[in-house]
Amino acid sequence: MELKDKLVSSFMAFENEVDVDAYVHGLRSDAIKIFEEKGFPTKKEEAWKYTSLNKILKEDYSVFPKREKALEYSEVRKYFIHDIDSYKIVFIDGKYSSHLSQTTHEGIDVCLMSSALSKPKYRLVIENYFNKAATKDSLTSLNTAFSQEGAYIHIPKNKLVEKPIQIIHFSTGNEAATMLQPRNLIVVDENSHVQIIERHQSLTDNSVLTNSVTEIFANKRAIVDYYKIQNDNDNASLIDNTYINQKLQSHVSVHTFSFGGKLTRNNLNFFQNGEHIDSTLKGVTIIGNKQHVDHNTLVHHIEPNCESHQDYKGIFDENATGVFNGKVIVEKEAQKTNAFQANNNILISDKATINTKPQLEIFADDVKCSHGCTIGQLDESALFYMRSRGIPEKEAKGLLMFAFSNDVLSSVKIPEIKQRITKIIANKLGVNIGFDL
Amino acid sequence: MLKINNLHASVEDKSILKGINLEVKAGEVHAIMGPNGSGKSTLASVIAGKEEYEVSEGSIEFLGEEIDELAAEERAHKGIFLSFQYPVEIPGVSVTNFMKTAINETRKAKGLEEMPAKDMLKLIREKSELLEIDRKFLSRSLNEGFSGGEKKRNEIFQMAMLEPKLAILDETDSGLDIDALRIVANGVNKLKSKDNAVVVITHYQRLLDYIVPDFVHVLHNGKIVKSGPKELAHELEEKGYDWIKQELV
Repeated sequence: MELKDKLVSSFMAFENEVDVDAYVHGLRSDAIKIFEEKGFPTKKEEAWKYTSLNKILKEDYSVFPKREKALEYSEVRKYFIHDIDSYKIVFIDGKYSSHLSQTTHEGIDVCLMSSALSKPKYRLVIENYFNKAATKDSLTSLNTAFSQEGAYIHIPKNKLVEKPIQIIHFSTGNEAATMLQPRNLIVVDENSHVQIIERHQSLTDNSVLTNSVTEIFANKRAIVDYYKIQNDNDNASLIDNTYINQKLQSHVSVHTFSFGGKLTRNNLNFFQNGEHIDSTLKGVTIIGNKQHVDHNTLVHHIEPNCESHQDYKGIFDENATGVFNGKVIVEKEAQKTNAFQANNNILISDKATINTKPQLEIFADDVKCSHGCTIGQLDESALFYMRSRGIPEKEAKGLLMFAFSNDVLSSVKIPEIKQRITKIIANKLGVNIGFDL
Repeated sequence: MLKINNLHASVEDKSILKGINLEVKAGEVHAIMGPNGSGKSTLASVIAGKEEYEVSEGSIEFLGEEIDELAAEERAHKGIFLSFQYPVEIPGVSVTNFMKTAINETRKAKGLEEMPAKDMLKLIREKSELLEIDRKFLSRSLNEGFSGGEKKRNEIFQMAMLEPKLAILDETDSGLDIDALRIVANGVNKLKSKDNAVVVITHYQRLLDYIVPDFVHVLHNGKIVKSGPKELAHELEEKGYDWIKQELV
């Protein structure tokens, strides 16, 4: 059976299993209809021109998480940013692991989507926010239809959350192929500040397809720093749909570090609903083999006096393919918008490919918008210069690539994340970055 | 120390060096002068091991060993240093981190441990004072946004850090004002000893007032056409290169 049919026919069974809540039930039923009608996106759609899901959809995925396999912290410690004190929301094969998690209800809610969807005390937040930022495209609708588990984070006003929150999804490979659909909701109220780290990690070589949806609401003057670490196994694919709804004077930054996985598609969408909003989108992609990473971004400038900063760097080796599709819309009312976009790429091998496409739709006349994309090779004269100082070719190349991606790291605010990413990059490039940053 | 025999080199099938013979002994300073396009910078790059140049004939010996087949970094490890005419900008790598990497990679190649951080800092402080380099300058990205003078001073700073046996200074005087020229020359002179050698490549005689050569060679059309004592540089300055060209005819 095709995956689409399998999912559609599983929907009833799924609805029977979960708590029936009239409000969410309505949303789910509408969503499955949209998915049934639209199906999985194909290359015929403009936004999917360079990314084909065909191959990964052929696997026979199990669409319901079967059983929870216990994991010891020592086995998976390395996937956490473990040298900092943090809240943790951990899932194993789609099911919550209380053993590995550290949640809280003291002043803030850092807990589970399943309880938020079923308990009356969260009802108001769910009705006000759940599925309100997400668009109705087929993949997001598919996730909405099966939305049941994920992270639920609500930070009431005037809270500075000192400990970062780590959301980690493990898949153990207890089935030959698993499909996961986590659903996260993050609401940050007035004047509050929170830092979140998200990671999807497969622990075996069995196939995993994750279709994740995250909605983030940054209310007035809220600050949200979000880090996505994508360094998964070769048979793990991720479609990450993230929707960020910002209110006036809020600052939201999303850093996406893509080093692993088979196919990764990031649909990152910012909506600026207020004045003096700042949105930052940064990414480093370093891939090889036949890996594929696609960054599909949207920044929608709706009101005046806002800024957006996009900076994506990519290094592509062997047969890797990359896509950057950056759309910026500046509405007629959004005067005095400052929108910057940069996408710089290095192709290491002759067989690597990058498709980069800036898309600016500007309807206001008093704005500053810039975009630039470059595709190049490593600078031969810089390599000779470094080698003439005694730095071997491999290290010289590594150092140049490291320097190239370093701009993006400079805005990471948690030093332990910066160190971790630095290590992953150094490892990926096969160099010993023997100096402090 | 350096022995070049009948060296022919070309780039993209264009022959540039057409039979160079040159011997440089420890403790000596050689100046190579010549008009634009005579092959001066090519000679420097070929000695340092730039791969795009093909050596079609002849050989380069350094400390009694043929180095034609060695990679640029291996030549550097043996003690060859090239001060670039146009130092390359490397955004994202600070001067300090670049030097730490260069020194530790060189030590690694020699089977030595990495230099302890404390010693490294001390060395950097010493050598930056020699070149009158401000501490803030060292944390900037290598050569990025440096003025012409700063770039050249930074080259000699790197030379001071690496303590090469043979230093080739390619047009180090170009783009330097008189103060920077004095600082750079002073740095080179302080590093000079009976155990190392310097080859100064220059278009003008100006730098040779400060770094006094033992020998002056004139390069023309890929060959050394005249060699002599330091006075030859003055003669060239007065008469220009046409004089040599006419003499050849």
